[in-house]
Amino acid sequence: MSTLTTTRTDDRSADGRRARRTAEAAGVGWKLLLLKIIVLGLLNAASVYAAMVLFFNERWLIGTLVVVSGAFLTWIYFQRGALPAKYLAPGVVFLLIFQVFVILYSGYVAFTNYGTGHNSTKDHAIHAIMLQTQDRVPDSPTYQLTVVERSGELGFAVTTEAGEVLLGSAETPLDDVRGAVVEDDRVVQVPDHEVLSFAELVDRQQELTTLAVPLSDDPNAGALRTQDGQRAYVYTSRFVYDEAADTLTNTQSGETYTDGGEGAFVTAAGDQLMPGWRVNVGLDNFVRAITEESIRGPLLYVTAWTFAFAFLSVATTFILGLFLAIVFNDPRMKSRKYYRLIMILPYAFPGFLSALVWAGMMNQEFGFINNVLFGGASIPWLSDPWLAKLSILIVNLWLGFPYMFLVCTGALQSIPEELTEAAQMDGARPFQAFRQIKFPLLLVSIAPLLISSFAFNFNNFNLVYMLTGGGPRDIEAGINVGSTDILISMVYKVAFVGSQSDYGLASAFSILIFFIVGTISVIAFRRTRALEELN
Amino acid sequence: MTVNTGRFTTMTALLGLGALALTSCGSGGDSPDAEAADPAETETTEAETTESEAEETEDGDSESGEAAASGSLTIWADANRAEVLADVAEDFESDTGISVEIVQQDFEEIRDQFVSQVPTGEGPDIAVGAHDWLGVLVNNGVVAPVELGDTAGDFEEIAVDAWTYEGQTYGLPYSIENIALLRNTELAPEAPADFDAMIQMGEEAGTEYPFLVGLTPNESDPYHLYPFQTSFGAPVFGTDEDGSYDSSQLTMADAGGEEFAGWLAEQGEAGVLNLNIDGDLAQESFNGGNSPFFLTGPWNVTGAQEAGIDVAVDPIPAAGDQDAQPFAGVQGFFLSSQSENVVAASNFLINYVGTAEVQTALYETGGRAPALTESFDQALSEDEIVAGFGEVGAEAVPMPAIPEMGAVWDDWGSSQAAIIKGDGDPVELWQKMSQDITSAID
Repeated sequence: MSTLTTTRTDDRSADGRRARRTAEAAGVGWKLLLLKIIVLGLLNAASVYAAMVLFFNERWLIGTLVVVSGAFLTWIYFQRGALPAKYLAPGVVFLLIFQVFVILYSGYVAFTNYGTGHNSTKDHAIHAIMLQTQDRVPDSPTYQLTVVERSGELGFAVTTEAGEVLLGSAETPLDDVRGAVVEDDRVVQVPDHEVLSFAELVDRQQELTTLAVPLSDDPNAGALRTQDGQRAYVYTSRFVYDEAADTLTNTQSGETYTDGGEGAFVTAAGDQLMPGWRVNVGLDNFVRAITEESIRGPLLYVTAWTFAFAFLSVATTFILGLFLAIVFNDPRMKSRKYYRLIMILPYAFPGFLSALVWAGMMNQEFGFINNVLFGGASIPWLSDPWLAKLSILIVNLWLGFPYMFLVCTGALQSIPEELTEAAQMDGARPFQAFRQIKFPLLLVSIAPLLISSFAFNFNNFNLVYMLTGGGPRDIEAGINVGSTDILISMVYKVAFVGSQSDYGLASAFSILIFFIVGTISVIAFRRTRALEELN
Repeated sequence: MTVNTGRFTTMTALLGLGALALTSCGSGGDSPDAEAADPAETETTEAETTESEAEETEDGDSESGEAAASGSLTIWADANRAEVLADVAEDFESDTGISVEIVQQDFEEIRDQFVSQVPTGEGPDIAVGAHDWLGVLVNNGVVAPVELGDTAGDFEEIAVDAWTYEGQTYGLPYSIENIALLRNTELAPEAPADFDAMIQMGEEAGTEYPFLVGLTPNESDPYHLYPFQTSFGAPVFGTDEDGSYDSSQLTMADAGGEEFAGWLAEQGEAGVLNLNIDGDLAQESFNGGNSPFFLTGPWNVTGAQEAGIDVAVDPIPAAGDQDAQPFAGVQGFFLSSQSENVVAASNFLINYVGTAEVQTALYETGGRAPALTESFDQALSEDEIVAGFGEVGAEAVPMPAIPEMGAVWDDWGSSQAAIIKGDGDPVELWQKMSQDITSAID
């Protein structure tokens, strides 16, 4: 690690010097100017193209942002001076896209009802409801369809099983037509009308698929519609949308659904019509997380376990890591290098893989631990609520101690031996010397790492997901939360497991987690400052 | 404070270095804008690839000739399906002039990707999926009904039933998948008549296990145990007159279900149902000849055959006094509700994918019984294994598609696990489960 950093530092200063030189030469170097023009030209061409595509798709905001940021970047690089901006601009762009935007977006989602059933806009919801409630009239025949056109208006020419030829359009109900030519049960020619080819159909498919030709003057008889342009069927619409009143009316029951303000059409009695749409719900998700009994109960339990898990994980790994570091730091220990190498192995394996292997080893009946280490005992490592918690901690200890071992070794080696010697001269016993001299010095450099390790374990999703999946579940609780679920795995379940996703609630939880971890880190960092004053 | 300042300089240095690398790289300028084209998609990189591919198709459609139709279709399919569809798409393109872009996706990813991409307008026109996604897809308003018309009769009844949700048909089915009983013909020469006969035959065979089924320690596996449950006359939901599930009638809460719970506890105690044998272990044991019977799906047949086991596929033996009906999963193609190419897409589905030729081709790469009756009969006559699964499948019931199934599976599985483990009175546990499920559905 240390050699790597040195090379990087050297590179940096070398690059810095080179950059400064080129910057100075930029005023006269026409080659550089040309390069600059080409690169920025490409950038601007790309952003203008992207903006055009976006504007055509009516994405005004993003399109404008693309243009503005393209222009801004160009301005930066044609500035004289402004060297820091030139270096930082590309990084800042990526930072904005991949970090800031993502954070703001999940923050925004926490204030919406985004989730299953509230997935899109109101227009999309109405469109989908209308599509899903076109009921084909039972036992109605299939009409062989020819699409015709007269003065820009589309019409349907169909043949019936009885051999009649009927013609109609959106305005005029189906009626007999004279003089039409029929081949193989399909109309091929209609007087005064032009028959559309398949290619023409495809060009006008949106118009075609929304076209409904009434069967007769009675609207309840239904209307002919087509999906593929070749066959038409009789449908009745279960719902009618009244744009002016913004209501949906069920044509069969006569019930009226209005926009209830919560992202769905509801009847007066409170029956919801799905799909709904995404709306802003303010603090509802946070209020639900705290007040709704079915969520609050598990939330408290899970929060307590998350704290216990994170704290115990850090404590156990630190104690074991420190102990081993001290042991292997002793010069009397032979072949320390090889032992150290072996120690680091658990750290070198991918964590999720180790968790899976451990899950296999902890199988109650066939696992290595029960079969070999406990001589065929049947210990329910992963299916007893308390043993599962213990198992998680054991596996995390195995995964986490090499890291602590590494950092403690490093920190111990940086503490001058003279201090210990001096303490011993003053008559301190070895443990006393360690506890009162070395340990506080060690904490100065290790404490921030312990805090970050706490934050990491607080959100240690991989381990929980791969080892126990959060289980075993308490079947007495009415919600799918297991006894080893930590907050982040619970959030995952709320958002993605099963088929009722609730992204809004999950985002609200994430924000709560962020505040918890943030608060703890700030407090802890404040306290470690006291340690630094020891220096 | 020294520590902090030090870190700050390092950070700045690294940032600066990164920035330098980017500026010197030349093309660094246009990539942020390409990404910025749609920040809404930055959550997943996968979504971005799809989206850019989709955009390419939209741009590329202007080249089509004058006589041919313009327009393009985007289809999401998994690797196996994409291969077959590529050939069909070529035919479609040369017949109609409509270009078809097939975007390969992971099957498991398609449902959620579809739900999140369709509203943005970047979703496909057609996607491949399983019928039990319908509840989620319909409730999110992202699928459009497909009118099969008279062709509906050409498909196996269960296939069309499965793709029917609240009275509308939402997909063109292509394959039917279900579990059946695999038998090692060396260890058990004949198919068992019922569950007890099977266990007896298994014990007589003298193998380590009389019978295998993959379960999990904490969630059991209600899907694999469902045929036994139905044999006690306890289907999960009742059905309306049109044959679709009615989630307000939780029929498994009735007496049959309680009888089944008692049976589970008995089998758990006898060690016949063992929660610690998961799917992998069960497969390994069966392939190693450690049991004559294995309740599983077609996905484990190839492995067993490769291990040198002579496999026969039998109907699932009933544990109760009624028929053992497994769940069937039906795969199919569905339409996006935001598709702007409905005419082209439904033509492609009904006139191309719905043909016997394509259904057979899909069967040959996927190995599941085809949904189209003509191809189904042909496949059954050609292959004994497929015939075995197909015959069981013809008696199967579609897996319920209501979105609440997620909650149902959770409660169902953990309660079964508790009963098999013997954690309390089976009937009480079953009743508790029924109450939880009822309250989750409401």
